[in-house]
Amino acid sequence: MSDTRSTNPSDSADRVARIEVALRPDAPDQTLLRRIQEAGLTAVREARARRVYLLEGDLTPEAVQQIAGRELSDPVAESVHVAWSTGEVRTLPRSASVEVHPRPGVMDPVALSALAELQAAGFPVRSVRTARRYLAIGESIDDDALARCVSQALANAGVDEVIPGSAGVTPAPRPKSAENALRRVPIRGQSDESLLELSRRGHLFLNLAEMQAIRAHFDALQRDPTDLEMETIAQTWSEHCVHKTLKSAVRYRGSAFPDADGRTDSGEVEVRFGNLLKDTIAAATHALIAERRGPECLSVFVDNAGVIGLDESHGIAFKVETHNRPSAIEPYGGAATGIGGCIRDVMGCGLGARPIANTDVFCVAPGDWPAAVLPRGVLHPDRVLRGVVRGVADYGNRMGIPTVNGAVQFDPRYLGNPLVFCGCVGLIPRNRVEKRVAAGDSIVVAGGRTGRDGIHGATFSSAEITDTHAGEFSSAVQVGNAITQKRLLDALLAARDATGGCLYSAVTDCGAGGLSSAVGEMGATVGADVELDGVLLKYAGLRYDEIWISEAQERMVLAVPPERLAALERIFQAEQVEFSVIGRFGLTDEHGAARLRVRHADVVVGDLAMDFLHDGLPKREATAAWRAGAAKPIDQAARRDWPTRLLQALSCTNTKSREWIIRSYDHEVQGASVIKPLMGPGAGPCDAAVLRPIPGSQRGIAIGCGLAPHLSDVDPYWMACAAIDEAIRNVVCVGGDPAQLALLDNFSWGRCDDEEVYGALVRACRACHDSALIHGAPFISGKDSLSNEFALHAADVPALLDELRRRGVTEAILERIRRTGRLMIPHTLLISAVAVVPDVRRCLSSDLKQPGAALLAVGGLPETGYSRRTADRVHRFVAAQIADGHIRACHDMSGGGVLTAVAEMAIGGRRGVQLAEELAASAAAWGRVVAGYVVEAPDPALLMQRAADASVAIRSLGVVREDDRFVADGAELRVGDLAAAWRGRDV
Amino acid sequence: MAGVSVLVLRAAGTNCDGETCHAWERAGAAPQRVHIRELAESPHKLAEYAILTLPGGFSYGDDIGAGRILASQLARHLGDAIREFVRRDRLVLGICNGFQALAKAGLLSGDGSGAAPADVTLCDNEPPGFQDRWVTLRAAERTRCAFLEPGRAYELPIAHGEGRVRFANEAAERAAIAEGRAALLYCRPAAGAAADVEAVEGPFNPNGSTSDIAGLCDSTGRIFGLMPHPERFVIGTQHPCWTSRPAREDGDGLAIFEQAVRRFR
Repeated sequence: MSDTRSTNPSDSADRVARIEVALRPDAPDQTLLRRIQEAGLTAVREARARRVYLLEGDLTPEAVQQIAGRELSDPVAESVHVAWSTGEVRTLPRSASVEVHPRPGVMDPVALSALAELQAAGFPVRSVRTARRYLAIGESIDDDALARCVSQALANAGVDEVIPGSAGVTPAPRPKSAENALRRVPIRGQSDESLLELSRRGHLFLNLAEMQAIRAHFDALQRDPTDLEMETIAQTWSEHCVHKTLKSAVRYRGSAFPDADGRTDSGEVEVRFGNLLKDTIAAATHALIAERRGPECLSVFVDNAGVIGLDESHGIAFKVETHNRPSAIEPYGGAATGIGGCIRDVMGCGLGARPIANTDVFCVAPGDWPAAVLPRGVLHPDRVLRGVVRGVADYGNRMGIPTVNGAVQFDPRYLGNPLVFCGCVGLIPRNRVEKRVAAGDSIVVAGGRTGRDGIHGATFSSAEITDTHAGEFSSAVQVGNAITQKRLLDALLAARDATGGCLYSAVTDCGAGGLSSAVGEMGATVGADVELDGVLLKYAGLRYDEIWISEAQERMVLAVPPERLAALERIFQAEQVEFSVIGRFGLTDEHGAARLRVRHADVVVGDLAMDFLHDGLPKREATAAWRAGAAKPIDQAARRDWPTRLLQALSCTNTKSREWIIRSYDHEVQGASVIKPLMGPGAGPCDAAVLRPIPGSQRGIAIGCGLAPHLSDVDPYWMACAAIDEAIRNVVCVGGDPAQLALLDNFSWGRCDDEEVYGALVRACRACHDSALIHGAPFISGKDSLSNEFALHAADVPALLDELRRRGVTEAILERIRRTGRLMIPHTLLISAVAVVPDVRRCLSSDLKQPGAALLAVGGLPETGYSRRTADRVHRFVAAQIADGHIRACHDMSGGGVLTAVAEMAIGGRRGVQLAEELAASAAAWGRVVAGYVVEAPDPALLMQRAADASVAIRSLGVVREDDRFVADGAELRVGDLAAAWRGRDV
Repeated sequence: MAGVSVLVLRAAGTNCDGETCHAWERAGAAPQRVHIRELAESPHKLAEYAILTLPGGFSYGDDIGAGRILASQLARHLGDAIREFVRRDRLVLGICNGFQALAKAGLLSGDGSGAAPADVTLCDNEPPGFQDRWVTLRAAERTRCAFLEPGRAYELPIAHGEGRVRFANEAAERAAIAEGRAALLYCRPAAGAAADVEAVEGPFNPNGSTSDIAGLCDSTGRIFGLMPHPERFVIGTQHPCWTSRPAREDGDGLAIFEQAVRRFR
């Protein structure tokens, strides 16, 4: 048994007691056994898990026995063992043992809850730590072998410490105290090389021009910056916070852009965008607002989330975030803090929206990836997917926000950079959309305490990942505490809705960049004067710059008029939410220019002009290029008999059921769900979610998404169009109104210092602009994550290339990996859509309903070069027929073509189908399309007449059967076979 | 409206209080959300209400165990008040996390006097993991549960990871069944129903609960806890098959709230 941390108990007046909780009877854990065996320790025959608590305090044996038996275990189902010294820790005969302890400083919600509860119950406990212990029995399994296995499969080096044997009974490590003298960064007179070295070593991720701008600024001030000032500038200028690539000027040379009918001039064009985002996506939104087309936009691009009107008194806030880097290193914590941060964005939108739904989209490599071909620094995709699903589930479920919509996309090129998109939808009173910080408002930090966790998350997200990142950036990885945030939400909404008016004048999330970003942004126009001594800390010993940039979770910053502080305090105390006043908004120099001053222990540790901080970033002028290449959409699989082909299509990774994910999310909490992810007697897949957020009102919200990375290599322009079309289709399918529909963009891209990559970004942005105008669907919010490339260890390249080739990756892409040594994701644009549903009683699910009813295909256009004007006509036609009650079931005809869509409808309805002659053999039955719907219509003649009147393509597909036979072209399947193929095994 | 007054108790991490209040309102009652800190300070306030509800959620994160900390707080601050409340013919309803807390506080064990230690608890699902899905339930034929109509079937959603009812020993289990305290049971859908639940969703007993128990009451029938969420099916459009069935105004869950309200009319 290894015990490297034992100390003399007389070091401390406190006693340390260790409580180990086991199941009663002490039955082996089959799930744990399976995971250990899957991780390679096949010799293990039996495995058990234990919870461990380490208590410190003025403890008596009687008190600890009571705590163990009544408070920390379930006396009906569990037994406990108490140890006062390492020698008393019980071992299990023949068992190997390993313990997993959270690293010092890592969030441990269970320990915090236990401590609070034990103290409330009157026990003299001063600290609680928790750990997990695993015990395994098997031929030649020792502690070290088990520890290696646990490190790989059940723990994460970023947040956990894995100890072979047992850590025994040891006191908590004392946090190291910090050197808190003022530190300056010598930057004046430094050479360009030294500037770059400074940026690299400090993890600032600033380029030479930016470093030079900082040098020039401080040259003029005739002083060197403090480390806090450098950090503040780096955070504020980070890609994550300011989107400098998307907002920079860019000169594009390459293939022309298609028009609304899909025609492209053959020639090349040269176009300059002064600010890519402003000139494309935002321009379309502002044009639509001016033309009064689309939904009522209450807030676009300026706040933490976009807001559109729902009814005369409410708006809908929607935000989607990426959390790719942290999730690549620690999937569970990365995804949990990803959804947590996005929820805070919605809480911090306007004066606070109430979160009513979450969404999640994951892009990962296929789960059957061979473990032997895993480049160093990369986690297995299966582990990534399970981890991120669990992260979203644990956080969303605990907060009581239903996760209602999402997608999982598989592609081998997501191996190094899995993508995690988390969205949150909120309901906001119209009179709470505006916020304004006033000079004189107190700066209030509320929620979780500040610790050393999450340092450099914002700047880290600007970097490509390398094989050594997990170690270098472990401090950027965090674990969340959903209940702290739930308390904060309850308190915030109570303060927002206080009688006599909202108790604060502004609020924002304290996320990436920590206080530095939150206070810096809120005080951008009025200035801010901060005293860091006021910040509540998790433990002593933080440096002032750590306090300032810590991205510790579950915190928000409020601007509170001083006369309302007392009322705010009453509410926050009642909800058990900690907060502290850390300064005052409103600080200007003698010329009236806003300043940001930060003090710590009466020393000024930072004093920056807000205009330099927010406008001093040197403007860039990039070049971008893109030329239509030879890449074509990948052809569908070779012709086979349709039953075999259909079963394969249903069971392929990108189509098959996501039920295991859907059911691990509470998608019904809050009781507002109308269209759920799975509906009908056969629990078939629905295209989008519908919520009815206001009891008593029939007005609803439809939420859907679209993405089409399979077209990225063909043309990012059409990739974006296809994603937008899919998002629109999905919400139209369930009853969303396309005339009151808004979009969100989330770009996950490679490194834009490659002008082809930048060119692809330009084309996608331009497509967003064009499609938004054609469909009358404004973008209201967005986010980008760039540099999604994985720098491979050279030795790992050949095997990786072989595996990628085996999986059909093209030579051109393999060549790029060979040339750059980096694996880049396919350019991925996630489009999220939200639409108003005028009356939820008109909503539709996809499952087949009425035997004898007709099945028809409406629309259906090729994925590239199509007319978006025609597509838009199709969407509006289908929506109108749904509103008029002429359609009973509706399903998006995307991924696998018509036949797959019909099969999914049959699965949901548990009803068979008689398909039209020759349908299954036709190419149209299988190809990917846009603007296509399969509908069940009680009166097909009427629908066909209406389609003809509207110039919309429509054709008959067959009829719904009474029984469960799925019949076409003389062959047939049972619906049960389709369902079995679609459900398959777990991913 | 001066309806039947209901106290909806919340704590940090309670998250079904909103829809639970809505369900009570729809059943004609007048619910009020009260934080446990407030009630713990003045437990006598409980006497002002006809019904106490512990809604679902993750009280205190379910850290240590589902409902564990809330159970300790109930036992510490409100045990006597709740027993007195029930003696005066008032009702207590615990849903999901509320059920877990009631069970672990010993309020659903033995004679409910609180003298004996808890003899029933809720453990990790078997198979393990959180699950949100719909189940078919039936009230026991001879139950005294004040919230259920004996023999009636209900379709309701579950959403939990720790819902497996487990007794301390066989005697406790036999007593619970014999006394009709095993009030609500998971069951197969009626013959002829459209869905073969097992083919679509897995076993009809979703969590491996002993004797298929989904809900338990105390010996008076006035304290009732259940894992399924009746407050999530009070209007027709909350059912996953509403689009393929004849339209209906109310959901099965509403009957549970209405039955309790009728008692005070």
